[in-house]
Amino acid sequence: MSALVSVVSLVLIITFIFANGLPFMIDYGIGDFLFGQQWAPSPDWTAQDPKGAFGVLPMILGSFYTTIGAVIIGAPIGILTAIYLAYFCPEWLYKVLRPAVNLMAGIPSVVFGFFGLQVIVPWIRNSLPSNGLSMLAAMIVLAIMILPTVISISETSLRAVPSVFYNGGIALGATHERSVFTVVFPAARSGVISSVVLGMGRAIGETMAVQLVIGNQARISFNILDGIRTLTTNIILEMGYASGTHRTALISTAVVLFFFIILINAVFLILKNRGESY
Amino acid sequence: MSNIIKEKKMEDTSANKNLKGGIRVMDNKMKMTLPTREAKKDSQEEKTVKFDIQDVDLYYGDFQALYNNNLEIHEKEVTAFIGPSGSGKSTLLKTLNRMNDLVDSCRVEGLIELDGEDIYSDKYNVNELRKNVGMVFQQPNPFPKSIYDNIAYGPRTHGIKDSAELDHIVEDSLKKAAIWDEVKDYLDRNALSVSGGQQQRVCIARALAVEPNVLLMDEPTSALDPVSTSKIEDLIEELKEDYTIVIVTHNMQQASRISDKTAYFLSGELIEVGPTEQIFTNPQHEETENYVSGRFG
Repeated sequence: MSALVSVVSLVLIITFIFANGLPFMIDYGIGDFLFGQQWAPSPDWTAQDPKGAFGVLPMILGSFYTTIGAVIIGAPIGILTAIYLAYFCPEWLYKVLRPAVNLMAGIPSVVFGFFGLQVIVPWIRNSLPSNGLSMLAAMIVLAIMILPTVISISETSLRAVPSVFYNGGIALGATHERSVFTVVFPAARSGVISSVVLGMGRAIGETMAVQLVIGNQARISFNILDGIRTLTTNIILEMGYASGTHRTALISTAVVLFFFIILINAVFLILKNRGESY
Repeated sequence: MSNIIKEKKMEDTSANKNLKGGIRVMDNKMKMTLPTREAKKDSQEEKTVKFDIQDVDLYYGDFQALYNNNLEIHEKEVTAFIGPSGSGKSTLLKTLNRMNDLVDSCRVEGLIELDGEDIYSDKYNVNELRKNVGMVFQQPNPFPKSIYDNIAYGPRTHGIKDSAELDHIVEDSLKKAAIWDEVKDYLDRNALSVSGGQQQRVCIARALAVEPNVLLMDEPTSALDPVSTSKIEDLIEELKEDYTIVIVTHNMQQASRISDKTAYFLSGELIEVGPTEQIFTNPQHEETENYVSGRFG
């Protein structure tokens, strides 16, 4: 019965999103919507386009860049932390670090955003040519936010590597470090990659924390010091007052987001099913 | 008939020698000097002591697993450790390359010397020790990498980077482990994709690739089928020409087939050690006789 509830809600959510989003996308033109570079929902804003422009490409790129950036910053830190926790950490420190990581996963995202706004944004503003509210700030905040996911899943898969592999390395005269990094870590590779993919899912779906630090300009920029907007923040920023076409355009944004999430989960499932080779 | 077999054997050994000689000059030199030394030893009816184990006690925390073991392991012989489960034979084996270091609560007292040097002294380099004293485990444990990378792992660990040299070592080691012909076309394949018996021989090749003097084998065939087992036994027979081998086994037929010396353990104590034939036909202790005759264990 309970399982049914979650399945039914999932079906309802999908139905709602697609029923409201797809007609607009088709109406507006899927190509124009996905690859349109201009997002100007209110007719007053641009004289050239009195009906309003709903090009979602800036947000797609924004989500893409921030997610990739977060992974580039967060994944190495997370993976190295997992290796440390699983194979190098003294027991007393583990008893401190492990709950700390778990606690980190439980911190509300708005708190991360606030931390970003109070610490990271001023730091960027003072040390780099930027007003601080930028892609870089979002990347850093997201990198911190995906750490618990990356650490937990990587550590689990590292610990799941049978000790016979480690012993085999040691028995050949390899040091502890070399055995861990060249035998155990490669053996846990697919689990580690899964953790990063799951972290990506978290990063692309994150809204509150990103909204607070990213600047929210709906534009295409490749400069990580510029403020931009992501798919999620696009929805949350404008949903409050949107109506009519504008509203359905935002739901269509959710369709795009939904598509990315499905994609990431599919990759995760494929990796998980392929599993470790041992 | 027997002539043909002999000829074949001669061919085999000469082919082997050519191979080794072509690959490493060092080997050649050793080959030159070894026969005279061996001849001397044979005339004296005494082999060089490789491992000298003196008064060894071993504790896991408060639990004492080995009691006052004294044993000499001779060069280029196969020494078999037999005894019931929990008798300490595997534990003693692991002290010889200090794999017991991995167990936090483990403590060793007494003296274990390899070529006259105390392997438990602070000065002794444990990674060098494990390079010189290779180990083959009960469960075949090739790394989840290609066969080539498995064999090359040890040499790479010890600083060999030249790919031509690595190629030679891989080929040479796989040939020594009598598995080259079976896997030479699949070196890129994951080592876990071959059969269990082949995996175990890959593991033996991997251990040989770092040029050890001693091979420790911890029940190397207990997870294998009879055909693979006999292949590994044949291999051990060949390897003892060049290596000192210590093998732990539950299989008494195996011990009697392949070993020169046999040591019988019971409850952490070395009860009796001697030439294999003597242990199996004319044991000096009643416990040994009970065990080898199958009345106990």
